Amino acid sequence: MSGAPIEDAVALAGRAARGELSARQAAEAALERVDCLDRRLNVFLAVDREGALRRADELDARRASGHASGPLHGVPIALKANMCLEGVESNCASKILAGYRAPYTATFVQRLLDAGANPIGMTNMDEFAMGSSSENSAFGPTRNPWDETRTPGGSSSGSAVAVAAGIVPIALGSDTGGSVRQPAALCGIHGFKPTYGRISRYGLIAFGSSLDQVSPFARTVRDLELVTHVMSGTDVRDSTCLDEPQLNLEDGDVRGLRVGVPKEYFPDSLPRDVRAACDAALATLERLGAVLVPVSLPHSRHAIPTYYVVATAEASSNLARFDGVRYGTRSEGSGSLQSMYAATREAGFGPEVKRRILLGTYVLSAGYYDAWYGRALKVRALLRRDFETAFEDVDVVVGPTSPEAAFRLGEKSNDPVAMYLSDVLTVPVSLAGIPAISVPCGFVTVDGKRLPVGLQIAGPSRADARVLRVARAFEAATDFARELPPIHAGGVA
Amino acid sequence: MSSPSTAPAAKGYVSPTTGAQWVAVIGLECHVQLSTRTKLFCGCEYHFGAAPNSITCPVCTAQPGVLPVLNREALALAVRVALALGANVPPKSKFDRKHYFYCDLPKGYQISQYDQPFCNGGGIVLASGRKIRLTRIHLEEDAGKAIHDRGDMTLVDLNRAGVPLIESVTEADVESAEEAHEYLTALKEILQFTGASDCDMEKGELRCDVNISMRKPGEPWRTKVEVKNLNSFRHVAAAIEHEMARQVEVYESGGAIRQETRLFDPDKGVTRAMRSKESAHDYRYFAEPDLPAFRIDASFQDRERGAIPELPAARRERYAKQFGLGPKDCAALTSQRVVADFFEAAARLSERPKDAANWILNEMNRMVGDAELGYAHFGEIALKPHDLTQVIGLVTAGTIQTAGGRTLLRAMARTGRSAKVLVVELALEQVQDAGAIEAWCRDALVGKEKIVADVKAGKPNALNALLGPVMKASGGKANAEIVRATLQRLIDALP
Repeated sequence: MSGAPIEDAVALAGRAARGELSARQAAEAALERVDCLDRRLNVFLAVDREGALRRADELDARRASGHASGPLHGVPIALKANMCLEGVESNCASKILAGYRAPYTATFVQRLLDAGANPIGMTNMDEFAMGSSSENSAFGPTRNPWDETRTPGGSSSGSAVAVAAGIVPIALGSDTGGSVRQPAALCGIHGFKPTYGRISRYGLIAFGSSLDQVSPFARTVRDLELVTHVMSGTDVRDSTCLDEPQLNLEDGDVRGLRVGVPKEYFPDSLPRDVRAACDAALATLERLGAVLVPVSLPHSRHAIPTYYVVATAEASSNLARFDGVRYGTRSEGSGSLQSMYAATREAGFGPEVKRRILLGTYVLSAGYYDAWYGRALKVRALLRRDFETAFEDVDVVVGPTSPEAAFRLGEKSNDPVAMYLSDVLTVPVSLAGIPAISVPCGFVTVDGKRLPVGLQIAGPSRADARVLRVARAFEAATDFARELPPIHAGGVA
Repeated sequence: MSSPSTAPAAKGYVSPTTGAQWVAVIGLECHVQLSTRTKLFCGCEYHFGAAPNSITCPVCTAQPGVLPVLNREALALAVRVALALGANVPPKSKFDRKHYFYCDLPKGYQISQYDQPFCNGGGIVLASGRKIRLTRIHLEEDAGKAIHDRGDMTLVDLNRAGVPLIESVTEADVESAEEAHEYLTALKEILQFTGASDCDMEKGELRCDVNISMRKPGEPWRTKVEVKNLNSFRHVAAAIEHEMARQVEVYESGGAIRQETRLFDPDKGVTRAMRSKESAHDYRYFAEPDLPAFRIDASFQDRERGAIPELPAARRERYAKQFGLGPKDCAALTSQRVVADFFEAAARLSERPKDAANWILNEMNRMVGDAELGYAHFGEIALKPHDLTQVIGLVTAGTIQTAGGRTLLRAMARTGRSAKVLVVELALEQVQDAGAIEAWCRDALVGKEKIVADVKAGKPNALNALLGPVMKASGGKANAEIVRATLQRLIDALP
């Protein structure tokens, strides 16, 4: 353990608003932390140094001229490299988008800017958010600050590490099948996937459109609440956005809360130490007054195949636009349009992206649609109903976020199915579109290294505030989220 | 597709070589650009002829991360057309993605409608009483344009990408080129009268594909061929006639027709097969996840039904009854909504609706394309119905001659000034002064002893030869009746 507890966004914004710290100082300090740690952990794909300092100066000038400060005034944040900020490179960790600068700003990024947040760069990820380890990045993997030989999880790997290593208090990821919750668990921080549609997707480069959700990482739950509150709400540019006002936060504890414990989330294959950490967390909730209730989500075992049909089908369609015609990297081929497409996509996409495009193309093909995509939609409806049935009896369901702690880089990179199973506990929630958070709930020791374990707390559709309330109560009763990794800006080991 | 129509059959096709009877089985697909202010899924305001790629945004160029948002005006116009065609608009509909790769299709898929179009059924009844049934109409976005004739480069213009289209598909009820032409003309009228589209084929606002096969009477359908690239109704008719002859010839010489897509070559008047690779597609349709399924409720439909004006067929019938106009005039007046609306307003203001029709169809139509006036179409003519009825009133009252009326109407359009002022300024008022007219008549009679003798010999038509010179002398302003009477009187008085 090293360093003092780092300042969260709420505290930092407060100091900046009071003039105890300038936005410029906050940005410069964050950029110094990038300089100090990025080479070692490979967190950022693009650092917007000039933009960050310019925005900081503008924030300071606004404050000096008497304008009210936003709730995130001067807070340095990191964005995943699949998010659009005008003029900054968003390459999705793919060669096909290398050098691509978005000509517009995402709605959720604009809302953060309006609240005074200051993006300092775009973080590493699995290419097009496809993966669970960062090993599918075309620009090398990100390393876990708890053990550099291990994965931080993925696909939002760089954003998880940017928070875990103390570079920024808040970073954004996108969660399609667990891409924020799983790295949050593996890095010992909080990661929250709101209800599908809570945050506009306009400006989030699509992977699986019916699953994608902008999802923040933070060390504290109150930071997650704040940043979610700022980003959420309807958007005329996203027709799938919920027609709800911004997130209303809930005060209170968990006394009398009915906590469902799905038996499917505690399979025999769950490592004993991970199970022990989760059991202890359940005991903590019980001690806080919650009532544990066994529940069943019987269709969970079909979640992984269902997810890999739905998500790849949508991905094969969403990635069709990367054709070398209008932007990105082009390979000329032998002169015909067809050969230009083939050469561009052959050279531009990595193996996992190609695998998923092929899968998705196959399941949508004439003659296979009903057997694959059509059937997956039906199973998805059953999975959703599993949760609805469970939530008739309980307020939230909890279980481990990931079936294991951080695994070694390279350990699964040649076994796509083993890698897909990393998402086995997060994917059902994604298919149901419901809100869920991963909270640090303990540690396991592997090869002499302490590695974090995460607990997933999921609630009914739109009950985001309830999920956050439970997380806050758990956070207040435990110290796991305050423990810092050996590689940390507060004092590098 | 359903079974052949049971309505009375159109005339068949007789083989020129064997004399055998054949029947054409034809279905028509039309893509129509809707005249919305903005594109179907973004806020770009499309207009034809703008600089390439000047009407684009992150959404219609498919930048990563963008999302479509449905333009309600497009849906409203589409529903209005559907209701005008007597179609059924189900309460629930959705969009689907249709995938193919081409450089003018930015997303790699077109947002279209697959299995739940916003409209099904409906149709158009031809003059023969046969109904051409519609299978469906759906809403979709247009692609951009690929331009291949610039050296070895292909250039892409995305201005048109995302412009709203409706695609209407008929049952295979059409049996001849004439029927196809009649159907398309009627469809175009309805699209124009409902305000859904200008249907300017030169701007690509209306594009047709033809599906055609030939069979012997009573036989089941044979293999069909699709013909694309038909840029005018004339081309549609020509392509159908060519295909009828070609397919019958193939069959009668023992050959077989392959299911394929063919292109019409307007210069040669023939169709030719596209490479089969160009037409082999698996579009991999699936529901567009970025646009929730949408509902078209009864009040939305009622509003659009209320926005449908009286349609051309009904107007033609009414004009014949109400104004005693012949079928040709009725058809001409209803060829465009602006013309019909102008006529009806003028007819209401005038005691002489028939005159109004004549003036519109002759004088005003002639103004379109007149270089001096510079009107590209009827709607641009700077005249109000009241302007026309004033001119008609002046002519009827004998204040001005018909020729003077023409001059006056043009002058009003050109200057925007009132009839009253212009009649004086251009000195158009008829000369009724008997003294002046008698003087011109006397001059005209000088040396015309032969004509005088003919008139006196009982050939009153001989008098006509004298009218011209008198009118010329008067500058066209002499009252023709007074001139005629004066000439007669003077001749009678001669020995």
